[in-house]
Amino acid sequence: MTDPLTPVLTKHWLGPESWTLRHYTELGGYEALRTALATPPDDLVALVKDSGLRGRGGAGFPTGMKWSFIPQAKLGETPTGPAAKPKYLVINADEGEPGTCKDVPLMMADPHSLIEGCIITSWAIRAHFCAIYVRGEVVHVLRRLHAAVREAYDAGHLGKDIHGSGFDLDIVVHAGAGAYICGEETALLDSLEGRRGQPRLKPPFPATAGLYAAPTVVNNVETIATVPAIVSGGKDWFRTMGRERSPGPKIYSLSGHVERPGQYEAPLGTTLRELLDLAGGMKDGIPLKFWTPGGSSTPLLTDEHLDVPLDFEGATEAGSMLGTTALMIFNETVSVPWAVMKWTEFYEHESCGKCTPCREGCYWLAGILRRMVDGEGTEADIDTLLDVCDNILGRSFCALGDGAVSPITSGIKYFRQEFVDLCTAQQRHPEVDRIVELSGASA
Amino acid sequence: MTAASEKAPEKPSEQDDLPPVPHGHVRLTIDDRVVDAPQGELLIRTCERLGIVVPRFCDHPLLDPAGACRQCLVEVEMGGRKMPKPQASCTMTVAQDMVVNTQMTSAVADKAQQGVMELLLINHPLDCPICDKGGECPLQNQAMSSGRAESRFVEEKRTFAKPLPISDEVLLDRERCVLCQRCTRFSRQIAGDQFIELLERGAHQQIGTEETAFGEGEDFQSYFSGNTIQICPVGALTSASYRFRSRPFDLVSTPGVSEHDSSGAAVRRDWRRGAVTRVLAGEDPDVNEEWIDDKTRFAFRYAQSTTRITRPLVRGDDGELHETSWTDALEHAATALLAARDGTGPAALDADGEPPGEPKRGVGVLPGGRLTIEDAYAYAKFARVALRTNDIDARARAHSGEELDFLAAHVAGTGLGVTYADLESAPAVLTVALEVEEEAPVVFLRLRKAARTGTAVHHLGQWSSPAVVKTGGRLVRSAPGREPEALATLPDDVAAALATPGAVVLVGERAAEVPGLYAAVSDLVGRTGARVAWVPRRAGERGAVDAGALPTLLPGGRPLDDVARAQLASSWGLADETALPATPGRDGAAILRAAASGELAGLVVGGVELADLPDPVLARAALREADVVVSLEQVASEVTQYADVVLPVAPVINKSGTFRNWEGRDRRFATTIDPSGGSSGRVGGTAAITLPDCRVLDTLAVEMDVDLFTQTPEVAAAELGHLGAGRPTEIGPVRGPDGSGDADGDTAAGTDGSLRLASWRQLLDGGALLIDEPELAGTARPPKIRLSTVTARRLGLVEDAMAGLEGPRGSLHLPVELADLPDDVVWAPARVPQPGGGVVTLAGLGLTHGGPARLTGGTTTDGSSA
Repeated sequence: MTDPLTPVLTKHWLGPESWTLRHYTELGGYEALRTALATPPDDLVALVKDSGLRGRGGAGFPTGMKWSFIPQAKLGETPTGPAAKPKYLVINADEGEPGTCKDVPLMMADPHSLIEGCIITSWAIRAHFCAIYVRGEVVHVLRRLHAAVREAYDAGHLGKDIHGSGFDLDIVVHAGAGAYICGEETALLDSLEGRRGQPRLKPPFPATAGLYAAPTVVNNVETIATVPAIVSGGKDWFRTMGRERSPGPKIYSLSGHVERPGQYEAPLGTTLRELLDLAGGMKDGIPLKFWTPGGSSTPLLTDEHLDVPLDFEGATEAGSMLGTTALMIFNETVSVPWAVMKWTEFYEHESCGKCTPCREGCYWLAGILRRMVDGEGTEADIDTLLDVCDNILGRSFCALGDGAVSPITSGIKYFRQEFVDLCTAQQRHPEVDRIVELSGASA
Repeated sequence: MTAASEKAPEKPSEQDDLPPVPHGHVRLTIDDRVVDAPQGELLIRTCERLGIVVPRFCDHPLLDPAGACRQCLVEVEMGGRKMPKPQASCTMTVAQDMVVNTQMTSAVADKAQQGVMELLLINHPLDCPICDKGGECPLQNQAMSSGRAESRFVEEKRTFAKPLPISDEVLLDRERCVLCQRCTRFSRQIAGDQFIELLERGAHQQIGTEETAFGEGEDFQSYFSGNTIQICPVGALTSASYRFRSRPFDLVSTPGVSEHDSSGAAVRRDWRRGAVTRVLAGEDPDVNEEWIDDKTRFAFRYAQSTTRITRPLVRGDDGELHETSWTDALEHAATALLAARDGTGPAALDADGEPPGEPKRGVGVLPGGRLTIEDAYAYAKFARVALRTNDIDARARAHSGEELDFLAAHVAGTGLGVTYADLESAPAVLTVALEVEEEAPVVFLRLRKAARTGTAVHHLGQWSSPAVVKTGGRLVRSAPGREPEALATLPDDVAAALATPGAVVLVGERAAEVPGLYAAVSDLVGRTGARVAWVPRRAGERGAVDAGALPTLLPGGRPLDDVARAQLASSWGLADETALPATPGRDGAAILRAAASGELAGLVVGGVELADLPDPVLARAALREADVVVSLEQVASEVTQYADVVLPVAPVINKSGTFRNWEGRDRRFATTIDPSGGSSGRVGGTAAITLPDCRVLDTLAVEMDVDLFTQTPEVAAAELGHLGAGRPTEIGPVRGPDGSGDADGDTAAGTDGSLRLASWRQLLDGGALLIDEPELAGTARPPKIRLSTVTARRLGLVEDAMAGLEGPRGSLHLPVELADLPDDVVWAPARVPQPGGGVVTLAGLGLTHGGPARLTGGTTTDGSSA
């Protein structure tokens, strides 16, 4: 087997002071920027489209296509409508999904790859303002990004007339205030505008009315950090990695019961079995029980799925989603109902409250699960859990609700017996009998 | 309704039979019925038109869609493919060939709705039996239609402390709240008052104010807060004044019209056992849509006040008023008025018993500005026919001859003019002498709506008041009293905007306070072609103009010329066609001067507050000096102290009638509570059968041997309608004051430390109809003195410091707030209720808008030191 690792994004990470501009430049950083500034923006959009790059934030939307949705002025015409407005690039660095830990290390180890990607993308979509919305809790990342942006300004990569191209760009690093929902792109935009972070009604989509109601591209950190490599290496090189519909390298974040947890950059389509090999196998040799392919919002998988190719199609075919390729790996010592309860408590805490199903449903689900884990559940609760999940999934305003039910439905799908076993001691919750009795509903 | 077919579109051949899709429409299928809908229509609206009720909470036709509650989910099929998730019908717009299945035909939609309903109820308290909303609660109703009888929820409900007052008037029960955001969306979108907002998140998300969030700060300081109570789909927002007072199913609901301003807003009065328990906004898309201000909503207890006059009173020889019979009271009044009219009264002798040079002769009539058009017409006719005079003026406020010219030229008899809809579609609006949120709140809401869709709103004023800010408006700043010059020299772009077809100038009654301003407005609209509308404060002002309750105008906007008088005399069945008085009457101030100086012998006074008059001191002197004062009143007032005969008249809830609103639109209403109907009409335990002014005047006239034929409002309205408008073809110019138009050129403000005063009335300022409403009074904007930073510094005043506004007849002490006024100008509210009762008015202090004023309380008294 050839080396399965394809260090593109992580190439610089182990270098001394890898985060500095000096180090980044010594290894060829900001060369792609010069290439890009000499390339017509439309050609750059086409390049990224042809490379097949898909968004790394979880949904896998084709990046070049997203850029091409930004309405642009036609040559020789006075633009009207959205095309006449300024365009914005917003980087979603609000990495808050349980298990997901790829953007934070990327920004810590190699912030300039993101900044270079921002400049190239802004040039491509004709934006003169770019905001990086960083999860507020990661103050160390904020410091490092601020320093890197300052370095980039000093080096003339940012500001007015970048490298004599006539192109102006400002980057602002913005700290979020600690809400998971602000990773949802429209909630992020509201938060960035200084409002309460809750998802917006779509349409209009950000591509026509995003930040300050102007055309906006919102992309994930890893997506944009990949762009310089595509500009330098070209689309054909990019497509040598990964699979036909999911090309390129991807940072897989392994956490949990593995010998060497961490970031493993490998082509899309790599399987967990291969990744476990890289990570030294299961910790202490205790067998795998279940895992998430891409954070807690992706339905969990089991040891049956060790050979599922981890790309957008493969994960979906296996009944889950690729998500953020945050692989949380659990061995046999972990109780599925307990893990599901902990995840559900996260969603209960983070539901923004805007829509009924997610707000009330997560509250209810967490309550039932806590009771089950406390040994006071009944088998009827399992049906209630599934039915409440059914009433949340696809009924909520945004995808948070959908994500919240994934651990529960998949947990019961694969490990129903564990839930049932928790309930055997209790045939029926005494409170239920009491209510039925009081209401006369059993008659 | 544009349902093209009621048949299921199973066979293509049936589709072929359908008429073509109208322009701008799409054809879709909902629950197997084919329907054409205008492009952009929300699915839930299309369903409504088909009679399919999709349950909903956050959806409101006048608010932007939110999609928050998820109760209205339906299944949607596009291009032959079912969308994977059910869609919120309140946010999805119709599309060609869309196939929609609501809960009526889709098990998926039905289950989704049942699911959302169950989730809404898990944390909702089961306190319907003690909830104000019980019986009219969308949550209750839809829980019955889309919910399950048994709950599967056995966990602990989330609890909050309750109720939480978010203002003196509005209480919040966070446990009942379903977080539909109607209240916050209304406040942000419609009223522009962002005092309430969502706080926290998840199941702890709640509505709150700065005060509830931080323990101190602003509460729900909105003039429109009551609308949130009305649109709340659960019992989360309740009214402090209505809370626990009654159950909706025990109430009789009667449609009515707002009596508090000239908006003509539709209201619904809910009452039982002879008393109104609450007032709600009525629905009228052409007028107030579904919104009213808090004054209209919450000020209704005056009609049930213990100060109501319910029996006629006659002043006896002991100098006190005594209850008496109608017969006695009318006889007294008629005799005295006849003597006063003809100058044969006892007071024709002077104090020494000697006949003075000229006997007092004649009666002046001050009907007040709150009358229905029928009552105003009765006053107008009573003055001309029974009292044989044109000395009648309904303007119980600052007024001028220039205003009469303006009203004759632009208002009287013009019928429906500029409408609310015209405001909404106007490219530009200029308000002049009109602080629209304080003086015409429903007009303000429509201007704000207009501004949201592109109308440029300009305000001629002194500072960026809340109304300016909330209409996204531009302030055309003018020194007070200099407004005419400001209009003559409007910025070019404003003048150009007003020249655009559809542009509107709204002028308030306060224009009468500035000599030359009405003339300048008339000139401006002549110059630009903008349409003009007069927006007075009181509900009866416009009707009084058209009914002829003015000294120079006869009913229907007729001038006092021979033709019009002859026409009226004939219509009124008078034998002599010159029977009607030809001399132009005295205006309100002149009537009072004449009475005070002993020229006029008598006064007939309607609902007039002396404090509202431009010169309350003169008014008191006039009432004291007049031989006979006949007062027609609902509640005891200052006039009562001077009255010889007091005739009780009905409040608006006990009569029918018509308010002609500022648009010129007739807003007819029926009796809410019929005072003759058994136990209804009780006040303080005694039957209070009071009659409308027109009936009282009709009967009084009969005692004076004259027939008015205004026995009922219906008869009066019919006669006035029959008269029609009689506007002359030639209408004279609006004459400004003589000379330069600079009436206050002598007061060069600033140089001697004196300032120029700017002023207008605030919405809630202790008016006569606001008695017994402590909760409402608690939501009034705190009265403040406003100054520019420069002027404050010059005077040594700082924000929140107390300053004294000095007038010739006293002073008023209020805290200072800095605002963007012109330098050397001070703004103060025209009327300030006092903590112990009563009011202080600037007019009472001898101060006028545009006139000089002095401020005390600063650390420096010498302006030159700054």
